[in-house]
Amino acid sequence: MSKATPEALDREATGLLRSIEGKGTQLTPKERLKIPQQAMPAQDPVERRSNMSEVTYGYTEAQARVEAARCLQCKKADCVDGCPVGVDIPGFIKAIEDGRYNEAVTIIHQANILPAICGRVCPQENQCQATCTVGKVHKDALKAVSIGRLERFVADHERSTHGCGVPEVKPETGRRVAVIGSGPASITVAADLRREGHAVTILEAFHRPGGVMVYGIPEFRLPKAIVEDEIRTLERMGVEIRTNFLVGRTRKLQDLFDKDGYDAVFIGSGAGLPKFLGIEGENLVGVFSANEFLTRSNLMKAYDRERAETPIFQPRKVAVFGGGNVAMDAARTAVRLGAEEVNVIYRRTRTEMPARAEEVDNAEEEGVRFHFLRSPKRILGNEDERVVGVECLAYELGEPDDSGRRRPVPIPGSETVIEVDTALVSIGNDSHPLITQTTPELETNKWGNILTDENGKTSIDRVYAGGDIVLGAATVILAMGEGRKAAASIHALLGGDAV
Amino acid sequence: MNRILEKQQLAPHVFRIRVEAPLIAEERRPGQFVILQIDSEFGERIPLTIADADSEEGSITLVFQAVGKSTRQLAAMNTGERIANLLGPLGRPTEIRRFGRVVAVGGGIGVAPMFPIVQALKREGNQLTTVIGARTRELVILEPEMRSVSDELIVCTDDGSYGRKALVTEPLAELCEIDPQPDLVVAIGPAVMMKFCVETVRRYDIPVMVSLNTIMVDGTGMCGGCRVTVNGETKFVCVDGPEFDGRLVDFDNMLKRLEAYRDQEKRKLQECQIEEVRE
Ligand SMILES: Cc1cc2nc3c(=O)[nH]c(=O)nc-3n(C[C@H](O)[C@H](O)[C@H](O)COP(=O)(O)OP(=O)(O)OC[C@H]3O[C@@H](n4cnc5c(N)ncnc54)[C@H](O)[C@@H]3O)c2cc1C
Ligand SMILES: Cc1cc2nc3c(=O)[nH]c(=O)nc-3n(C[C@H](O)[C@H](O)[C@H](O)COP(=O)(O)OP(=O)(O)OC[C@H]3O[C@@H](n4cnc5c(N)ncnc54)[C@H](O)[C@@H]3O)c2cc1C
Ligand code: SF4
Ligand code: SF4
Ligand code: FES
Repeated sequence: MSKATPEALDREATGLLRSIEGKGTQLTPKERLKIPQQAMPAQDPVERRSNMSEVTYGYTEAQARVEAARCLQCKKADCVDGCPVGVDIPGFIKAIEDGRYNEAVTIIHQANILPAICGRVCPQENQCQATCTVGKVHKDALKAVSIGRLERFVADHERSTHGCGVPEVKPETGRRVAVIGSGPASITVAADLRREGHAVTILEAFHRPGGVMVYGIPEFRLPKAIVEDEIRTLERMGVEIRTNFLVGRTRKLQDLFDKDGYDAVFIGSGAGLPKFLGIEGENLVGVFSANEFLTRSNLMKAYDRERAETPIFQPRKVAVFGGGNVAMDAARTAVRLGAEEVNVIYRRTRTEMPARAEEVDNAEEEGVRFHFLRSPKRILGNEDERVVGVECLAYELGEPDDSGRRRPVPIPGSETVIEVDTALVSIGNDSHPLITQTTPELETNKWGNILTDENGKTSIDRVYAGGDIVLGAATVILAMGEGRKAAASIHALLGGDAV
Repeated sequence: MNRILEKQQLAPHVFRIRVEAPLIAEERRPGQFVILQIDSEFGERIPLTIADADSEEGSITLVFQAVGKSTRQLAAMNTGERIANLLGPLGRPTEIRRFGRVVAVGGGIGVAPMFPIVQALKREGNQLTTVIGARTRELVILEPEMRSVSDELIVCTDDGSYGRKALVTEPLAELCEIDPQPDLVVAIGPAVMMKFCVETVRRYDIPVMVSLNTIMVDGTGMCGGCRVTVNGETKFVCVDGPEFDGRLVDFDNMLKRLEAYRDQEKRKLQECQIEEVRE
């Protein structure tokens, strides 16, 4: 993030662009490495504390061209290995450098159909940017080529100019596929199969499609209009979307074949079951799962207190448990709802936080306080069963655990109390249990994740699964990768290109 | 879809609507509910029990009390209008089997959700005594319907304006004293009423099934807003319930949780009363 205004950043970039443009492809790697990384223009931290608008504005055209010039166009592009879906990163960045924006989008689309979303929400510093040569030279993944920001830039550019149009759909095959859920895994499956000419119906439990991207990730990080655009593209391709349809209740999985005559089913029902800590006081008034708090604010628009009918708890002093993206989103939503004080309580240290680095910085700029190496022991309530505080235990880092991260161990007798009236539990989600509960033949692991083979096929014939329901709580891009794989298997099952 | 086919007022603030919903009508079982939303953009998602269904016509019946803003908006809708969103059937169906002698207690609006349960229990050959209670005569609902599916029907009102002057717990206690004891008690109504029914039955060692009406958002197990403490464990009413053995439910905590949004609900209700006055 940058303190400079977007205009100042653009002016600087324009100047830089002029000085490098003349040299064109003549820039040496050394010269490229000297080009300063372009800062992300963003809303002023004080101002954005009280609005839901997107925090970052995205690169200007000049900034994007300059940032693209930082890429060394490596022969062996390690960045591509870091991207879970293998986007041709040097390819699209070269196209940006040359100003061929629609082509850049076409290149990305081959591997990733949601670049405007991934550019915003991928944890790039752990993926494509973690392996980028430029980052390695500077010994900091955060100084790598800003691949995500560039991806976002071209995707937004294409969105505003409709440069690429609606994907082409092959002639109808007469085969019908039901896709359960409408998160990134399901969107990918629907798009891929529809392109092949199969009839696709998305069945979504909520009244609005988009999965976590509409009910979980807040507007200030991922504007709903972007997700809506992607959904509209699916509809234009002829994908049918049925909302208010809960598989397992409105129809059992097997009935989708027996009663409704689908030829194949994809399950992309996500990791929807909020985990709680199981500590004393967790059912007091004022304790919410991050899912509930975020759903009320995002999907139900409860932040708009005048117009929305759904109420949301008015937080004053808040404790957020957890250190992932969900915890950051919950904390920053609480700030925007007018909380005076927001405390993030995390068991490990800042380096172990799974949240995107940019969002942790953003949260800090917005005044969120971090308490590392602390974990809640119990939640304290008053006689009205309303939250009045959290008792926390201090931790220290011990031996590394299975994940290679040093395991936090509690320090006996280190209890302290933080006075709060709201506690937001964001320690992760388990898989959505409804389909597995109502479909006993569907094999799962002990966490309730559906088991699939390497082609995304489940233990039931013609039933495929992918995304968080298979991986456990993961990421948008991983869910899409899974969707792509399952779509290819389903296409093969339905006769492949022979139909 | 979701068109209101018929609307009827049963009592002050209590309405019955028949809504076109073929899939839900086909799949629903007694004890299940729907979540509906009147306006996709800013509406609230409200849970209502499926009071009856006609799978041939493809319709479900909802009986609701206009208590706050959203239920008042629903009450203001007319035949032919469509409810924007209707999701269901939700929750686990009631366990319907032959228990033997069953006492069913419905309080206020709770009589409506109890109707399909009593109907199904009767069909399974149970012997049914039904107690329905209301504050006053004009709030007694579904009396003929309940009579038609019960072996015995007791009506009580708090003020004695109709039937017996008593709270439902009084006849309930007497029915538990009769030998042989009931094999099952079903109690559905306001949370406080269910709490006291459970207290009444507790010393007889009779299972008492209650249907919990917690605050909900999604109704699919995703938010945890509907959670209650049952036997010391956290349960989600929308997927683990709505029915539980009342003896294991922490009603005091549930009652407090129901009040979480009281101030905001009051404000919304006032807004809508002002609008009604203006109209
Ligand atoms: C608050 C939050 C912030 C996050 N931030 C990031 C981030 O910054 N970057 C990132 O990469 N990832 C992030 N994630 C994770 C990411 O959103 C998920 O990994 C991803 O959305 C999973 O996609 P999916 O397709 O598996 O399903 P989901 O997006 O979970 O969607 C599943 C959909 O299925 C529907 N559904 C469930 N059961 C049924 C059923 N029985 N019948 C019909 N429909 C059903 C649900 O209503 C839902 O709409 C975040 C997650 C959360 C909760
Ligand atoms: C499984 C289930 C089945 C239900 N079945 C019926 C039914 O068949 N008929 C009927 O009249 N009511 C039923 N309810 C209650 C009904 O959902 C609420 O009355 C309704 O949501 C209130 O909305 P409102 O905006 O009009 O009132 P609000 O202004 O929101 O609230 C008014 C009162 O209702 C309580 N309340 C608010 N939201 C809910 C909620 N989501 N669930 C429960 N109580 C709430 C509040 O504590 C308050 O006392 C059921 C609830 C559940 C959970
Ligand atoms: S999809 Fe994500 S990981 Fe892949 S290149 Fe784009 S931002 Fe990087
Ligand atoms: S590794 Fe970095 S510098 Fe090399 S091609 Fe990829 S983005 Fe460009
Ligand atoms: S209503 Fe959200 S989990 Fe039950």
